[in-house]
Amino acid sequence: MSVLTLESILKGRRSQPHQLIEVLHDVQERYRHIPEEDMRIVSRELGVPLIEVYRVANFYKAFSLKPRGRNVITICTGTACHVRGSNLLSNQVLGQLGISPGDTTEDGQLTLEQVNCLGACALGPVVVLNGTYYKHMTPSKLRSLINSVNEKGIEDTDDAKGKTKGKKRQRSH
Amino acid sequence: MPKVKPRVKSVKDLTELRKRLRSSVKNFKSKLTICGGTGCHASRSQDVIDAFKKELKKRKLEEGVWVRATGCHGFCEQGPLMILEPGNIFYCGLKPGDAGEIIAETILKGEVIERLLYTDPVTSKKVRTEAEIPFYRAQDRQLLAQNRHVDPCSIEDYIAIGGYSALAKTLTEFSPEKVIEEVKISGLRGRGGGGFPTARKWAECRSAPGEEKYVICNADEGDPGAYMDRSILEGNPHLVIEGMMIGAWAIGARQGYIYVRNEYPLAVKHARIAMQQAREYGLLGDDILGGGFSFDMEICRGGGAFVCGESTALMASLEGKVGEPRPKDVHTVANGLWHKPTTLNNVETWANVPPIISNGAAWFAGKGTRGSKGTKIFALTGRVKNTGLVEVAMGTPLRTIVFDIGGGAINGRAVKAVQTGGPSGGCLPLDRLDLPVDFDALYDAGSMVGSGGIVVMDEKTCMVDVAKYFLAFLQDESCGKCVPCRLGIDRMLEIVTDITEGRGRPEQIDLLKELADTVASASLCGLGKTAPNPVLSTLRYFPEEYEAHVNEKRCPAGVCRELIEYEIDAEKCNGCGTCRRACPYDAIKGKKKEAHVIASHKCQKCGICLSECKFDSIIVT
Repeated sequence: MSVLTLESILKGRRSQPHQLIEVLHDVQERYRHIPEEDMRIVSRELGVPLIEVYRVANFYKAFSLKPRGRNVITICTGTACHVRGSNLLSNQVLGQLGISPGDTTEDGQLTLEQVNCLGACALGPVVVLNGTYYKHMTPSKLRSLINSVNEKGIEDTDDAKGKTKGKKRQRSH
Repeated sequence: MPKVKPRVKSVKDLTELRKRLRSSVKNFKSKLTICGGTGCHASRSQDVIDAFKKELKKRKLEEGVWVRATGCHGFCEQGPLMILEPGNIFYCGLKPGDAGEIIAETILKGEVIERLLYTDPVTSKKVRTEAEIPFYRAQDRQLLAQNRHVDPCSIEDYIAIGGYSALAKTLTEFSPEKVIEEVKISGLRGRGGGGFPTARKWAECRSAPGEEKYVICNADEGDPGAYMDRSILEGNPHLVIEGMMIGAWAIGARQGYIYVRNEYPLAVKHARIAMQQAREYGLLGDDILGGGFSFDMEICRGGGAFVCGESTALMASLEGKVGEPRPKDVHTVANGLWHKPTTLNNVETWANVPPIISNGAAWFAGKGTRGSKGTKIFALTGRVKNTGLVEVAMGTPLRTIVFDIGGGAINGRAVKAVQTGGPSGGCLPLDRLDLPVDFDALYDAGSMVGSGGIVVMDEKTCMVDVAKYFLAFLQDESCGKCVPCRLGIDRMLEIVTDITEGRGRPEQIDLLKELADTVASASLCGLGKTAPNPVLSTLRYFPEEYEAHVNEKRCPAGVCRELIEYEIDAEKCNGCGTCRRACPYDAIKGKKKEAHVIASHKCQKCGICLSECKFDSIIVT
């Protein structure tokens, strides 16, 4: 993955307020969250009031205002995955690591996120670890996957497989 | 392929390029088409492709065998999939290790490898070609079938199969008015959910005052359980671009935007590559094909907000703002993106435009029902045997889709309900499955075609839980701008949660209906207006499930946590210990080879033991 600097992210986009979301995507990809300092710079360079930058960063689920863990596990909770038991997978993570969607383990190793649908419904329930998809997941497969993260501390940033942005708030059920 | 792309300056250039491209393909003895869509990609199809390339190189067969990675073929559950020509042999469930055997046996000797063929779950027979598979046989794959003939990252592939010829025909033979007339005769209605007549939208946008106009492709496919737009944009991006160009010509726009979900990284990538390639050939830019028409476009990523599938919210998001809808007293065709006349259609709608122009409106209108023409792609998912993308003529009965194509429920269970239309749609019971998939028929039954998700539910699905699931989804996704949606959905969720947790009271059902009525009639945008549908349709068709929860404090499907207990059947349990090891709460005790017991005070009812037990020993009471 090429390392983007804020300078290169902003290049060619300055003073174009409609580029805000694209810029924030790149910032999120670079830092895994949107740091406050960067919001200030983006606000100044695009010509968007800081309150608007904050509002947009807060509104869209793709953006996280707090730092995420070194590894991100995303559980798809789309309808197809739901009727095939994706809630068991959140239960598994809660039971195994004590974290709910949106939370990061204390050691910063792993963040759990939920996403409303990845469009891979035929393979449900689907879990994504750092951009790699895992199909037909069961609690025990997820347990092994989490164990492998904790053992190896893997950070597979295979960009070709694409990064998956998820939710940052916990679903109310 | 030449490194520097020749600029296609006229229709003649395009025809000649197509001829050249077609003749360059003929030299291959065998053709391998491997699906590289998100589904098969998740099944590691890239590893299979790499293995083939490596193996062919090793055997020095690269010259005679063409390996092509294409977009989604639709039968994602069986992936990675491959079609081998000659012979049209269909292999599924491929592993990288299979490459050597396929080359040695099938490509070199022409022998079919039995174990890689698809097994018909009904007859248990091995099936040799795609056309013989029941999943494909009952379909009418007008758009999806193209996916297997093009590498989405190759504009040359698209041109070779006739791509951009509809655009050429438009620019040379059709006036903008004639394009709109043709689309009108075809009867094309928006595939995104609303089913609004496409030609009417275009005509209104064309006649709206203003020099600057825009076309937008809505690829913010947020409906959970629907992914046909992803498959088209990801598998055949040029088809969408060509459709948008024809639309832009018709309404008089010079600029277009594709607004695509960030959760679809492959679609974003392929759309960007396609746009770049079209520019290199001069198919995007100034004076396209020498017809005096100029058009260019931009790809913008969404931010993961469901509400941005709504047209005005999407336009706000494109402007870089928070995706909140606005009242549509003035339609977006007159006052849309940056207050300019804007035509917004979804991916599948745009993709239908080039074939309508190429094959003629009568061809399209010849399929479907009186009010709903053409074919529609559905995402068949949930508790059904064959899951994947299904393209059928409008008017096909739901029963055909679920049973003939889908093969019925998994594990021999009975289908209980079919949910169509995503969070805006509804749940239809088994006795309504003879309904045709048609915009109007499904609407009348309390559901909708929506964007085309069909989620099959069986007896292990609790309908009250499904209603709660959708309400929770919508509560989370409501932008919060208008009160009926923000507070109404909240209160409805509160009531349904009470019901699923054993606090339900009979009078709450009436309150739920009253709230549903208010939310539906007073909300600002489609999200709120249709939000009560999952609740109303489950109340209408499955009242007995609500009654069991409210009156007997019982969940018949054994789903709602607060109303169930888990126990181990001592007679069935063989003491294998799987559940004991799986339980994250240490609630299961037992010695090896002896029946285990669940300590109810420790049990969190997470359901993990039930899903892990291979011997059906966990009972839900």
